Amino acid sequence: MGSALIGDEIRVSIDCDAAIVTARQKGRALASQCGFPSTDLAVIATAISELARNIVRYAVHGEIILRLLDDNGKRGVEVVAVDEGPGIPDLALAMQDGYSTSGGLGLGLPGTRRLMDEFEIVSDFGKGTTVTVRRWKR
Amino acid sequence: MQVPILKQGAYLIATVQSALTDEDLKQLRDALVGQVSKVRARGVIVDVTALDVIDSFATRTLRDVAHMIRLRGAETVIVGIQPEVAFSMVKLGLTLAGVSTSLDLEEGLAYLNRKG
Repeated sequence: MGSALIGDEIRVSIDCDAAIVTARQKGRALASQCGFPSTDLAVIATAISELARNIVRYAVHGEIILRLLDDNGKRGVEVVAVDEGPGIPDLALAMQDGYSTSGGLGLGLPGTRRLMDEFEIVSDFGKGTTVTVRRWKR
Repeated sequence: MQVPILKQGAYLIATVQSALTDEDLKQLRDALVGQVSKVRARGVIVDVTALDVIDSFATRTLRDVAHMIRLRGAETVIVGIQPEVAFSMVKLGLTLAGVSTSLDLEEGLAYLNRKG
């Protein structure tokens, strides 16, 4: 990866829909501190909102971890959404626009990938899901 | 955080003041759909200027509000979507298809007046 962590990470426990708002506000504040322009702040906050809602909807409980990164002078924000929920049986399907098992719009994961610069997802069926996204300052 | 709903003439105006949880959004939806019949409103304006994020759940709920109110015979217009919010919504894949939008409250009122 080659990028160093700047400062302390922020952890937000996600267990109800109010925590979704808390997580995205903390993420916005962290990115703002790093000097991201306002469009990027909205993009990062929206991505956090989608990832946190997935935790509430599918796993009930989990965590959003927020970090500032430095990659040879390039600054970025990393958001990790971790849960120990049921996992995603078919990742390819879950990454398709419009696919949802919960009656949602089915845009959460594919939309979050479009919003951010980097997107990684690891899901163990029956064990949980970890989504890591990053956005770099231009 | 409850959203205040004001009656102005034949219109209802809901002005969002701060970030809304999913539960707040559902309450707003139910309150607006209920109030439309109670006061026989012909139009509804939802002012979202204060929202810094409109994610998939908020979009779906706003769309539901507009469609439910249309079924009740009134018009809904969403006003005040900020430019960076619009950017994020489109990137995410959200469109608010079939829902009227205006730049701000003034434009929203003008739109409803034209619809008359």
